Amino acid sequence: MTATPAIPASFDEARPRGGLLAGLLSSDMPRSRALSFILIAIVLVLALTPFLFSGSQPLSTAAKICVFIVLVASYDLLLGYSGIVSFAHTMFFGIGGYGIAIGLEKLGADWGSAAIGLVAALCTSAILAIAIGLLSLRVRAIFFSMITLAVASAMAVLASQMSGITGGEDGLSFQLPYALRPAFRPFAEPVFGVMINGRIVAYYLLFFVAMGMFLLMLRIVNSPFGRVLQAIRENEFRAEALGYRVVAYRTAASVISALAATVAGALLALWLRYNGPDTTLSFAIMIDILLMVVIGGMGTMYGAIIGAALFVLAQSYLQVLMEAGSKALAGIPLLPNLIHPDRWLLWLGALFVISVYAFPGGIVGRLRQGKRN
Amino acid sequence: MTQKTTTPALETRGLTIRFGGHVAVNNVSCRFSPGTLTAIVGPNGAGKTTYFNLVSGQLRASAGEVLVEGEDVTNLAPSARAHRGLGRAFQLTNLFPQLTALENVRLAVQSRADAGWSLFKVWNSRRDLIEKAEAILERVRLADKRHVAPKTLSHGDQRKLEVALLIAMEPKVFMFDEPTAGMSVDEVPTVLELIHDIKQRGDATVLLVEHKMDVVRSLADRIVVLHNGTLVADGDPATVIASPVVQEAYLGVEVRP
Ligand SMILES: Nc1ncnc2c1ncn2[C@@H]1O[C@H](COP(=O)(O)OP(=O)(O)O)[C@@H](O)[C@H]1O
Ligand SMILES: [Mg+2]
Repeated sequence: MTATPAIPASFDEARPRGGLLAGLLSSDMPRSRALSFILIAIVLVLALTPFLFSGSQPLSTAAKICVFIVLVASYDLLLGYSGIVSFAHTMFFGIGGYGIAIGLEKLGADWGSAAIGLVAALCTSAILAIAIGLLSLRVRAIFFSMITLAVASAMAVLASQMSGITGGEDGLSFQLPYALRPAFRPFAEPVFGVMINGRIVAYYLLFFVAMGMFLLMLRIVNSPFGRVLQAIRENEFRAEALGYRVVAYRTAASVISALAATVAGALLALWLRYNGPDTTLSFAIMIDILLMVVIGGMGTMYGAIIGAALFVLAQSYLQVLMEAGSKALAGIPLLPNLIHPDRWLLWLGALFVISVYAFPGGIVGRLRQGKRN
Repeated sequence: MTQKTTTPALETRGLTIRFGGHVAVNNVSCRFSPGTLTAIVGPNGAGKTTYFNLVSGQLRASAGEVLVEGEDVTNLAPSARAHRGLGRAFQLTNLFPQLTALENVRLAVQSRADAGWSLFKVWNSRRDLIEKAEAILERVRLADKRHVAPKTLSHGDQRKLEVALLIAMEPKVFMFDEPTAGMSVDEVPTVLELIHDIKQRGDATVLLVEHKMDVVRSLADRIVVLHNGTLVADGDPATVIASPVVQEAYLGVEVRP
């Protein structure tokens, strides 16, 4: 897999930009009108979901998108910007989830327990990422990938074995701090026709943390440090010869990415009031993350927003759509079977292959290219 | 005898590397004084590039030491040696193919300024680094190609960019490995002027692997000859070029016993 060039050659990126927006986006603008429009639309809909839609399904879908934006962006930092292929990303996602779950379940449902759980999870992730990085980022890329796969599998087994702490295969359900419970009512009156409750408060916690994390990662990939990561991705031998300690930079990138994935896992656990192997640790999620990064556009950061939104929506609604289609075509042979809801992953796979073939730079790469032509 | 009193900018002691049974660099001891330009010559396969790789750290020596200003750097990684002042340009163009020419140079400037570990500033807020990189591109006559990625640059321009990266590192020791190889005739003087310029500017120590004898004669203070990995001649240009060992090693003339 070769990452797309982060900058089209004709673009004068060195020209300084002023303004709040440029500062917020670390001068890495979307650089395509269509892309800007799509991004604004996604963020606006996410920001207003509690007011735009009723029922719990849309809010849960939006919350999941927020979580996956952080998770996918953190993987893009690793894969797209640093050229590191790791399969241990869900492990860090899981650690975040378990941190919150164990903290709130064992220490009681208050903010202090959540904070302790999160900090413990962040420390665990950092230590693991440093260990994997120092031990194996020196070796050939393929061995690194295999080591991450082995460590992640071992951790998944460990999590399901230590059922006294992790709840084993069943996972852990827990109570949230009072302000995040459905019964919590911060306002006596409805706001814009919606009665604000703890669920909505929890949603906005997820939304703002996710946006903050995204902007932070966007800043990091556009920092002098981020530029070194891209140089290493392009030619690690030359980066080392110029004076950049490649192992140290790669390890740092792994740690940053692991910490962000941990936060994403913590957010998901807070939303679900549950954490278990299937929600955060499973290898299927690792595949989903890969798909989202590639569909959105590797090495673009913004691709994470588009990839996560598209994928989670497809996951939530494609099955519904297919079920309707399948029923409508009930009389015809073969066709209803083909669009049976159980085949949704097959169709998503087909969509993936087509999109990789048609837009190697992902959706963001395609949109930016379109602008130049 | 003045050479003995100043610490050499670079010194190798008994530097050796074996690839299996083949000794590519064999017990090379050599001192390079500050402010001198030394040409390293020898036929293809003599071990010149391998010697450079040992000095700048891309290869680990089987035996021997590398000292920069008297300090042993033999066990340091290439990145650490770069920060000690060893700058290296490569024989086979070795750039960041998809980043712009400006970004290639800026990365070298950024490394020199030790600014790589800044995570929360936007890279282009360091105007000083960008301006410095632009000035260097100007110097190597690539200013108009600043937004072009090396993969689409001509071979000659890629070679110039390679030189630009070395200049940007501001090393104490400049190591050029056949900087003009494969360049068109009208591009060669630009690169030679740059090397001359580096030599004129002060106490830079330059090691230059070069095949063209007229170039060597006009630029070098000293010539070192490598043959089959062994240092076979060392001295001022006129003497070395005239010596029988060079006639054999370099020009392929048989030397009668
Ligand atoms: N990594 C390596 N593995 C095995 N042999 C090598 C390696 N690098 C160089 N050599 C051998 O060392 C000898 C010297 O090569 P080199 O230093 O490139 O010569 P020069 O630069 O003088 O033309 C050659 O015989 C070459 O085949
Ligand atoms: Mg060579």
